Amino acid sequence: MAKLIMTADDSASVRQMVAFTLKQNGYDVIEAVDGRDALNKLATQKVDMLLTDLNMPNMDGIGLIKGVRAGTLNKFIPIVMLTTESNDTKKGEGKAAGATGWIVKPFKPEQLIAVIKKVLG
Amino acid sequence: MMEEAVATYREEAGELLAELETSLLELEETPDDNDLINRVFRAMHTIKGSGAMFGFDEIASFTHEVETVFDMVRNGKMTVTKRLLDLTLKSRDHISYLLNAPVGEDVDRSAGDEIIAGLRQLLPQAELPQKGSSEVPAIHLPEISQDELPNECTWRIRFRPAPNIIMCGTNPISLINELRGLGTAQVVAQFDEIPPLDELVPESCHIYWDIILTTSRGEDAIRDVFIFVEDDCDIKIELIDSSGLIDREEGYKKLGDILVERGDLSPVEMKKVLLLQKRFGELLVEKGIVSPEKVQSALVEQQHVKSVRKERNEAPQQEAAASIRVPAEKLDQLINLVGEMVTVQAHLSQVSLAGGDSVFISISEEVERLTNELRDTALNIRMLPIGSTFSKFKRLVRDLSGELGKEIEMETFGAETELDKTVIEKLNDPLVHIIRNSIDHGIEMPDVRRSAGKSGIGKVYLGAEHSGDSVLITIRDDGAGLDRDAIRAKAVERGLLQANAEVSDREIYSMIFAPGFSTAAKVTSVSGRGVGMDVVKRGIEGLRGSIGVDSVRGSGTTITLKIPLTLAIIDSLLVKIGKDHFVLPLASVEECVELTREDIKNSHGRNLANVRGAIVPYIPLRQHFGITEQLPEIEQIVIADIHGTKVGFVVDHVVGEHQTVIKSLGKMYRDVKGVSGATILGDGTVALILDMGTLLQTIELMELSTKGS
Repeated sequence: MAKLIMTADDSASVRQMVAFTLKQNGYDVIEAVDGRDALNKLATQKVDMLLTDLNMPNMDGIGLIKGVRAGTLNKFIPIVMLTTESNDTKKGEGKAAGATGWIVKPFKPEQLIAVIKKVLG
Repeated sequence: MMEEAVATYREEAGELLAELETSLLELEETPDDNDLINRVFRAMHTIKGSGAMFGFDEIASFTHEVETVFDMVRNGKMTVTKRLLDLTLKSRDHISYLLNAPVGEDVDRSAGDEIIAGLRQLLPQAELPQKGSSEVPAIHLPEISQDELPNECTWRIRFRPAPNIIMCGTNPISLINELRGLGTAQVVAQFDEIPPLDELVPESCHIYWDIILTTSRGEDAIRDVFIFVEDDCDIKIELIDSSGLIDREEGYKKLGDILVERGDLSPVEMKKVLLLQKRFGELLVEKGIVSPEKVQSALVEQQHVKSVRKERNEAPQQEAAASIRVPAEKLDQLINLVGEMVTVQAHLSQVSLAGGDSVFISISEEVERLTNELRDTALNIRMLPIGSTFSKFKRLVRDLSGELGKEIEMETFGAETELDKTVIEKLNDPLVHIIRNSIDHGIEMPDVRRSAGKSGIGKVYLGAEHSGDSVLITIRDDGAGLDRDAIRAKAVERGLLQANAEVSDREIYSMIFAPGFSTAAKVTSVSGRGVGMDVVKRGIEGLRGSIGVDSVRGSGTTITLKIPLTLAIIDSLLVKIGKDHFVLPLASVEECVELTREDIKNSHGRNLANVRGAIVPYIPLRQHFGITEQLPEIEQIVIADIHGTKVGFVVDHVVGEHQTVIKSLGKMYRDVKGVSGATILGDGTVALILDMGTLLQTIELMELSTKGS
C-alpha cells in the first residue's frame, strides 16, 4: 500500500512540484490550499503524513499543526514543515505546536524524499 | 515536469503581484489595516519561497529584502508611510520585470539595487541588516555526512526522548533502527522511569535507550539521525573504543567502571559494593543501587567492545582459515540422509509419547533437538551467496545492450544473500528472461530517454535480500514501464478479461504471465514473441516461489520474486480429512478458523466465510478429493494468502506444525494438478503436499467450465 501524504501549501507551483516528486517516488498525494482546507480534509481522511507550509492564508501552518494534534484521526502522524525561515523562532514555534521535522526552502526533490523517508521510519 | 512547475510559478507570481498591487493601494487609504499588511507580507513570502524553489534566485534575493521590511511593519517596528508604499510598488514592478526576463539572460539589477537602498534607509537604525544577510538563507538539511572515518569506532549513546516525542509524530524505534543502519548496534531499553500504572500516560514515552554502536561513520552521522529531536531530547554520545587505539588489548573496562563513567553509579558506592566480594552486577541489583536494565546495558557494552576488539585482533588470522572443496553429490547425499533422519525422529517422538516412559521421552526430546540442529547445519552447508550468478547477468546486460544500441548499466545489491545451491541454479533461466525483457521492452533508446528528461543511460537493478524464510529477488529498470491500457486491450482481445471488468493495476500487470502474451509490435531477436514470461512464472512456481509486478508508466517496472530458502525440507501445516493426512506449506498459511454447520447454513451454499468482517471464499477439499467419510461437527478453514488473495481450504482437523521432508511423487504423477509432492509421517503413513496455488487455479477453471455449460 502506497503511503498517503498530504501537502498543504498556498503556492500552486510548490504543491505541483511536491506532488510530482512524491508520486514519482511511489507515494499517494492529496493537496490542500491552506490550513483551513487541510484541517477540513484531515478531519475525515486518514493520511500517513502531512507536509505543510507555514505561511498560508486563512489558517497558517502553526494553527494547522495544533489543529491536527488536537484532533483524533490523524493525531500522531509525522508532520514536516516547509519553511523559508532558517531562523529558529519559526522552527521552534512549529516544534512547540507539535511538528516532527522541517525542511528549508529551497530544497531539491532528493532532499524532500530523504526527509520523508526519515520521518516515516 | 520542472518546466510545467515553472510555468505555474510564473502564473501564480503574476496573480500574487496583481493582488499585491491592490493591497498596496488599499493600504494607502488605511495604513493601519493589519489584515492588509499581512496580505502584503504573505504575497512577498510566497513569491520569494517558491521563486527560490524554481531557480528564480534573483527574485528570491530581491523579494527577501522587501519581505524583511514588511515583517517589521507586521511586528509594529515600522509604520506604513507614503515613501514605503512608493518603494514597494516599484518593487512590485521590478519583480514583474524579473519574472518575465528571458531565462539565461543577464538582468538589469540597477533598478533593484536602487529600491533596496531606498528601503534600507527607511529601516530603524538598530535593524539595519548585517552584511551578507541579504542572501537567501542556505539550505539546512539532515544530509548524511559522507566523510567516512578511516577507523571503525564504538560509541555509547544514551537516547532519552522527550515524553511527548510520540505525540509529535516521531517514532523513537525508527530512530534506533536508523542507528542500526549505521553499523553494528546493541540496544538496551531502560524502564526505570516508567511511572506506576495510575500515573502512566499511555501517549507519553517513558522508556529510554542505551545503544552501543560500532560504525565507521563519524559522530556527525550519528547526530544527523537525531536532527529533528536533538533540541527536545537528551542525547549523550561518547566515544568508547576506536580501532585506531594503539593498545590492542582484548579485554575491556570492568562493569563498575562503565557504570561510574555513565553516571549511573557513584565511585563511593562502587567501592562499598566491591568490598563484599560477590558478582558485582548481582550485588548492585540486589542492593537496589542500580536497576537491572542499567547493569545489563553496561554488560552489553562490555561484551560488545570485547568482541569488536577480539574480532579486530583475530582478523589477520581469519584470512588463513581453511575451506574444503566437497563434491556437490556428497552434500546432496547428506541432505537426503538428514531428511530420512527427520522422518525417523518424528516416528520416535510419536512412539515415545505414546509409551509414556519419562526417560524414553527425554531421550527422544534430546534426539529431536539434535536432529533439528543437524538439519539446519546441513541445509546451511548447501547455501551459496547468490552473487556468483549476478556477475553472469552483468555480462548479459553488456552484450545485449550493445546489440540493441542502448546504453544500460546494471547495479546489483545483496550479492552476499545466501540461497540453496539447487535454487540458485533453477533461478538462472527465469532471471535471464526477466532481464532480457527489461532491456528490450523496458529501457528506451537513449534519444527517447533524453527527450523524456531521463538520463540517456538506462539502469537495471538486480538485488536480493532475506525476508523471513524466503529470499526476495528484485529486478527493477528505470525504463518506460508497462503500458496498462495496451495490456488490458490485449487481455480483452485474448479473452482473459471481460471488457468492462474492474481490476486493479496489479491484476492487469499479472496478465503478462499468461502463455503467449505479448503486446510488442515487432518481434526482436531478443524478445517479443510472447514466450518467456509464462515460462518465468512456471519456473518460479516450480521453486514454490511467487512473482509480483509493479510498474509506473514512464519511470520503470519492478519485478519481485519471492523464493523459499530451501527445497528439501519445509515448515508446513499438517491437516486431516477423513482418515487422510495432507500437508500445506506454512509460508502461505495465515490462520485457521472454525467452520460450523450453522456457518454453512448461513452462507446459503455460496462457500463464503466471514472472517472478522472480511468475506473469504473457501474450497471444501473433502468434496474436491471425493472423501466421503463421516463429516465432523466443526470443520476447520485454513486461510492462505495466494498471490495476494485470501482463500480458505476446508479440512476436518488441523493437526499442527510439521517438518516436512519433500519427496517427489515420481514420473507417473507429474501431471497431477494441485499436489506438489508427498512426505512420510512419523507413523509411516504418506501425506500429500498440496500446492495451494495450482489447486485454486484448477478449481476456478472447473467452476468456470461448469458455469459455461
